[in-house]
Amino acid sequence: MAEFGPSRLTARAAGHSYDGRTWQFRDLDLTVRAGEVRAVLGPNGRGKTTLLRVAAGLKRPTTGSIVADGAVGLVPQDFARTFPYTVFDIVLMGRARHVGLLRMPGGRDRAAAAAALAVTGMSAFAERGFDSLSGGERQLVLIARAIAGEPATLLLDEPASALDLGNQDRVLSLLRRLADDGLAIVFTTHQPNHALAVADGVLAMPPDAPALSGPTRDILTDDRIAALYGLPVATLTFEAGGRTRRSIAPLYTSVMP
Amino acid sequence: MTTAAPVSRSSGVGATGLLLLLLVVAAVASLGLGRIDLPFARVVAVLASPWLAPDPPVTALEWSVVVTIRLPRVALAVLAGGGLALSGAALQGVFRNPLVGPQVVGVSSGAAFGGTLAILVGWDRTGLVAAAFLFGLAALVLVYGLGTLVARSNILVLVLAGVIVSGFFGALVSLVQYVADSQDKLPVIVFWLLGSFATASADKVGLVAGPVVVGGVALLLLRWRINILSMGDEDAAALGVPVERLRWIVLVLTAAIVSAQVAVSGIVGWVGLVVPHLARMMVGADHRRLLPASMLAGGLFLLAVDDVARTVTAAEIPLGILTALIGTPVFAFLLQRTRMGGHG
Repeated sequence: MAEFGPSRLTARAAGHSYDGRTWQFRDLDLTVRAGEVRAVLGPNGRGKTTLLRVAAGLKRPTTGSIVADGAVGLVPQDFARTFPYTVFDIVLMGRARHVGLLRMPGGRDRAAAAAALAVTGMSAFAERGFDSLSGGERQLVLIARAIAGEPATLLLDEPASALDLGNQDRVLSLLRRLADDGLAIVFTTHQPNHALAVADGVLAMPPDAPALSGPTRDILTDDRIAALYGLPVATLTFEAGGRTRRSIAPLYTSVMP
Repeated sequence: MTTAAPVSRSSGVGATGLLLLLLVVAAVASLGLGRIDLPFARVVAVLASPWLAPDPPVTALEWSVVVTIRLPRVALAVLAGGGLALSGAALQGVFRNPLVGPQVVGVSSGAAFGGTLAILVGWDRTGLVAAAFLFGLAALVLVYGLGTLVARSNILVLVLAGVIVSGFFGALVSLVQYVADSQDKLPVIVFWLLGSFATASADKVGLVAGPVVVGGVALLLLRWRINILSMGDEDAAALGVPVERLRWIVLVLTAAIVSAQVAVSGIVGWVGLVVPHLARMMVGADHRRLLPASMLAGGLFLLAVDDVARTVTAAEIPLGILTALIGTPVFAFLLQRTRMGGHG
C-alpha cells in the first residue's frame, strides 16, 4: 500500500436526513488522505450524491461532521447548460474562489485554467463550444474546471458511469494520476471494476446496513458486493498484458445460450 | 441542442468596439436630425464650439436646437436603451433563461404602477421616480418572496411568480386609470405609459443618469460572476460563490435601472429581452463581453427607434408601440433561429 499524506477529508458520525426518519447516510466515519483515491459504491438512491454535496459544503450534515482540510472541488455529472460557453470560459469559472468579487480573472487565472486543460489533455478544445463535446470530453473539462480552482480534495459524482469503455479508462487513469500528484480523491461509481482499477479504498453504502469503509480488496468481496446490489457476482483473476488483474463479473439472472 | 457557435475572443472584442463607434456616430447624427436639419460636421462643430470657435460661428438657434433641445433627448434614449438591455442581459444570466426580461420579472409593471399612482396623486417628478423605484423593487421582492415560498431557488417558479406579480400590478395600473380624471389625469397617464422621450430635459437626464450609471457600472463589475451564476445555483455554490446574496445584488441593481427608466420615459418593452439576444449573436455568451455589448447595442437601438419616432410623422409615435412592433417579430425570428433551444 502506498504511503498517503495528511488527511484531507474527515467524517465523524456523519449523517444526513431531510425528515429525521429516512437517512441518506448515517453514522459515517471516513478519512481520506492526500494521494488517496476512494471509491463510493452503493445502489441507486442510497445517498452517494448527497454525501458528496455534504462533503463539498453545499449541505450541512444532520448529525456529526464532515470537515475538509483545504479547498474542495466538486465535479458534477453534468449541469444545466443555458448559454453556449466555450470550454475555456467554463474552466476559467473554476477560479471563482481566487478572483475578487468585482474583479475579472487575470493572467494567473488564465494560466491556471490552461494548465488544468493541459493536465486533462483537453488543451486543443479550449476554444470549442462546451456543447459540441462528447460525454467523455465534457467530463474531462469539468474535471479541468475543478482542478483550475487548485483544490486539495476532488469529489466526483459518477465521473465514468455514462461513458464508453475507452473514455472510462481515460477518466479513471486521470484520477489515478491526480492522486499520485497529491490530491485526495473521492468518486462515486456503479462499477466495482472502477474501484478495482484505481481506488486505494472503498466506501460501500449497502441498502439497509451501516456504511463500510476500508481498503478496496477487503471491502469488495463477492459476498459484500452481492449484498450491496442484490445480485451475485464472481471475481475473476487472470493474466493480461503481463499483469495479474482482477475483474468482478455480475451473474445476471438471464443468460443467452 | 446547441445551434450558436461560440464567438472567438478577438471577433467579440472587435464587435464591441464597432458598437461603441456606431453609437457615438449615431448619437452625433441624431443631434442633427429633426425639423431643423444639421449636417454631421456642423453638429460636431456646434458641440466643439465652447473650445474651438467654428467658422461660420454657431448661431444661438443652432446651439439651442442641438444642446438644449436634442442633447437631453439623445442622452435619455441612450441611457434608457443601454440600461434596459444591460439589465435584460444580467437578468437572463442570473435567471439562467434567455426568455427573461425586465418586464417578465415584474419590475416594469411595479414601476408603472408607482408612476401612475404618482401622477394620480399629483406628485412632482422626483416623487414619480421614487414611487416607480419603490414599487419596482416591491414587485421584485414579491416575485422573489413568492418564488422562494413555493420552491426555493427554482428558476421556473421565479418566472411564473413574475407573471403573477406583473398581472397584479397591471390590474392596479388599470384601476388607477379607471379612477383617474378622464379630462385631466388620464391622458397624462396613458401617454406616459406608452413611453416617450418627447419631454426630455436636462432634469430628466439627471434623474435617470444616477441609477443607470451607478447600477450599470456595478453590473459591469459583476459581469464575470454572472457567468458563474448562470451555471446553476448548486454548481455556482460549489465553485465558491455566495449565490443568494449575489443574485439579490444583481436584482436590486436591475430594479434601480429599470425603475429609473420607467419613471422618465414610461414602459419601453422588448428592448431588455431582444437586444441581449442580438448582442449574444455578435459577441458570444460570455457575460464579460455580453454585458458591455448589450449596453451599447441597447443604447444604439433605442436611439434609432426614437429617431424614427420623432422624424417619420409629424405627430410623434409613442416609443413603447414602436419597440413592441419591432421587438416582437425580431424575437419570433430569434426563437425560430435558435430552434426553441433557448440559446441566443
